[in-house]
Amino acid sequence: MKFGVVIFPGTWSDCDFHYVIGEVLHQPVRYVWHRDTDLSEYDCVILPGGFSYGDYLRAGAVAGRSPVVGALGDFVARGGLVLGSCNGFQILCEATLLPGALMRNECLQYRCQSTHVVVENAELPFTRGLRPGQVLKLPISHGEGKYYADLETLRHLKARSQIVFRYCTEAGEVTKEANPNGSVENIAGVVNEEGTVLGLMPHPERAAEAAVGGTDGLLLFHSLIGSLVEDGSFLKR
Amino acid sequence: MSGAEPKVTLDLAQAHGLTAEEYDRIIRILGREPTFTELGLFSALWSEHCAYKHSKVFLRQLPTRAPHVLQGPGENAGIVDLGDGLALVLKMESHNHPSFIEPFQGAATGVGGILRDIFTMGARPIATLDSLRFGDPEDPKTRYLLGGVVAGISWYGNCFGVPNVGGEVAFAPEYGGNPLVNVMCVGLVRHDRIFRARAEGPGNPVFYVGAKTGRDGIHGATMASAVFEEGAEERRPTVQVGDPFTEKLLLEACLGALETGAVVGIQDMGAAGLACCSSEMPARAGTGMEVELSRVPRRETGMTPYEIMLSESQERMLLVVARGREAEVREIFAKWDLDAVEIGRVTADGMLRVRIEGRLVAEVPVRALTEDAPVYEKPTARPGWLDALVAFDPLSLPAPRDYERALLEILAAPTVASKHWVYRQYDQQVGINTLVLPGSDAGVLRIKGTRKAIALTTDGNGRYVLLDPCQGAALAVAEAARNLTCSGARPLAVTDCLNFGSPERPEILWQFGEAIRGISQACQALEIPVVSGNVSFYNETEGRAILPTPIIGMAGLLEEAEWRTTQWLKNAGDRIALIGPEAVSLGGSEYLATFGRRLGGRLAPLDLRLERDVQSACRAAIEAGLVASAHDSAEGGLAVALAEAAISGPEELGVEVALPSGGRLDLVLFGEGPSRILASVPPAAERHFESLMREWRVPWRFIGTVGGNRFTLRVGGEVVINVPVERIAHAWRTGFERYLV
Repeated sequence: MKFGVVIFPGTWSDCDFHYVIGEVLHQPVRYVWHRDTDLSEYDCVILPGGFSYGDYLRAGAVAGRSPVVGALGDFVARGGLVLGSCNGFQILCEATLLPGALMRNECLQYRCQSTHVVVENAELPFTRGLRPGQVLKLPISHGEGKYYADLETLRHLKARSQIVFRYCTEAGEVTKEANPNGSVENIAGVVNEEGTVLGLMPHPERAAEAAVGGTDGLLLFHSLIGSLVEDGSFLKR
Repeated sequence: MSGAEPKVTLDLAQAHGLTAEEYDRIIRILGREPTFTELGLFSALWSEHCAYKHSKVFLRQLPTRAPHVLQGPGENAGIVDLGDGLALVLKMESHNHPSFIEPFQGAATGVGGILRDIFTMGARPIATLDSLRFGDPEDPKTRYLLGGVVAGISWYGNCFGVPNVGGEVAFAPEYGGNPLVNVMCVGLVRHDRIFRARAEGPGNPVFYVGAKTGRDGIHGATMASAVFEEGAEERRPTVQVGDPFTEKLLLEACLGALETGAVVGIQDMGAAGLACCSSEMPARAGTGMEVELSRVPRRETGMTPYEIMLSESQERMLLVVARGREAEVREIFAKWDLDAVEIGRVTADGMLRVRIEGRLVAEVPVRALTEDAPVYEKPTARPGWLDALVAFDPLSLPAPRDYERALLEILAAPTVASKHWVYRQYDQQVGINTLVLPGSDAGVLRIKGTRKAIALTTDGNGRYVLLDPCQGAALAVAEAARNLTCSGARPLAVTDCLNFGSPERPEILWQFGEAIRGISQACQALEIPVVSGNVSFYNETEGRAILPTPIIGMAGLLEEAEWRTTQWLKNAGDRIALIGPEAVSLGGSEYLATFGRRLGGRLAPLDLRLERDVQSACRAAIEAGLVASAHDSAEGGLAVALAEAAISGPEELGVEVALPSGGRLDLVLFGEGPSRILASVPPAAERHFESLMREWRVPWRFIGTVGGNRFTLRVGGEVVINVPVERIAHAWRTGFERYLV
């Protein structure tokens, strides 16, 4: 099982994902340049946080039309998994690999802080090591993280259990105060219909060691690795 | 080219900020009248900002050497050894003038400039800190400036991808017409990858890399070397516009190019742009340089040689490449979609020759622009008003009737209150190294691949420096070192940013000279070298100078990352120790500013040997694992330090503290004095802690216990403050926003 971490020229969480996967979890991982389109050697592709091409237009708007993201459709169709965090989530929405959009934070300011999210769907390759209702402490760092989807889309998302994480209090209550950016219905992460493309605004890679940010983020990686090992359907080789 | 160049006259030279004597000196050097382009070169490079002409004689006093210093002042940044083949690069710089004119872009490009100073040395930036000063919090303009500055720092740093791990924000009316925006950056580099800004090797090609050149920022250096008059905002065109994305590309491309070994020297085109690089780089190497301006990538048409040389467009670097290896460098910049154009070559004759389409427009000895720039020893004079200011007795003001209210008010004062509103706008974690986030005495970052960590802080108190420039500046060094000590680190090096009024006024230059004396004394006593820094003069508007504000940026090393210690109390039952002397004063205190709206009085004495011993004792206790928290007692005095220890952590904890009576209550509670540290000690470590303190022979005693949910302070047996801890937490948490948002 092998991870690919995509680098756009303005990506900055690439090294952090690479470090957590390679040095903390001892899994094979390689960087993928934004002009590359051959993803055949990977089982899971990560779109990390950052400012892809500067994001002077909408966040992720240019990256959503980049060569590497263009290749993701085929990659997913062949059974690959995609995890987009922060800018990666924005890019996946811009590329319509995920429904909805990410808008400027309601406070109109950048927010870097600790948040709690509650797990709604624990049956995905990304979350199967978690329990529904489990609360994770994960940091955020973004200026455009307000998730928006129209009512029709929201209805579809709920019907298919595509809402994976919602911002909540430490105790797991989904409240307005616990919502750091004004996301509709506190949505912090969603998955595609097939359950193979996950986008979330929080940074799991910043919560993968006790000394820096805690270890709740690690649970996502453990789920992923467990899924890849146990269930051959995600493995291409 | 657009028309003929203006004829150079004395009037024109003076309009460029040069004096009649300086103009004569230029004519003597050249043996003729300068061309218009040459006049531009001299005016920029002989400006205070580039030449340090008023400060050089003082700066020579600073202690800059130590066995672990790999690079002292004179380069783009200083470098100290961290062991394990690694080194830390550090530098602090001001962007005060641009930030007043255009707060968002002014502050943003301040971050951009300091990042380039770090990566031009071959280091990857790993953290920034910002030290900010604004005017009266109740002035609406303060709100506008604060919002713009914080948003600008946030935007640039976050987009670039460097964590902001600390700093300070303070308010005083004296900064109303001239806020301070000082940004510090540190980077990590392997010893064998350190680069310097030297144009070695005649015949080597000179490459221009990065963003294209426009007309923005022309004469920024000159602007930073003049006082503000009314209508300063009209100088907006001299403020540059930042592009953090291009900066990120430039970082990756430059580090990639340096990795190849094909680069001989590299310098950021910062203040005075190409003019500065094309003269400083050969001057350091004893060479010369020729440049052909028609090859410079431009984003505007019709730019004159004068404009191209002096543009301060951001995100540009000048590289000297080993001849024959040009293709390797071109390839890396192409990968990152950046321009890399050969615009000239290194020569052997010590001259800077500037041509456009082959036509010579400037021919000047590089030394004349750099080392041989004028140096002044201008008169200094102790201000006549100082005696009356120091003679003021804060205890002549009535004491407050309600000390609980006084504590709540001082905790809510914007200078003291939590700066959460500021730093939650900054990415504090990218790079996943931040072990201690903003909100403690210092930010702490691990060094991956080692057991080590570094601690970073900035400190400075303009009120202290106004009342006693020498001791006030020494106190900034002492407190910065204390912040690092409380975090478990041994101080390694200082980078300073010296913000003062106009050096042409003798009393300002006296303040400056005294401050340098104070920094030198403290750095010598505490054995911390100054490795880089920046002087920002002319911080005045309409004749009113700022408080003299030397800001000390300091980096320290923790041999074991596990030693890191935070300022907040951890466990009920721990004893609270006060390490350090008794002496405090309300002179220049936060209390006096908040309640008396006064600035005056005398500072408590600073004994640098005692300071050193207190810090050594504290570090020894931390390294022995005897301390659960350590916090420097600073602005607001002991009561505020205790409150911060109780409420700034993840969990609010009550305290019960008893202090001996020592004069008026406000002096005991809010008096400020140096060398004082609050440490909390778990019961099991008590005996060991006691014997360690005795060994170090420092004054200390237990003053109370952690526990409960009330903040209770007794003085001389009498309860003077007894409030629920959540009330003080609320005052401290909401104070900043109540005034400023």
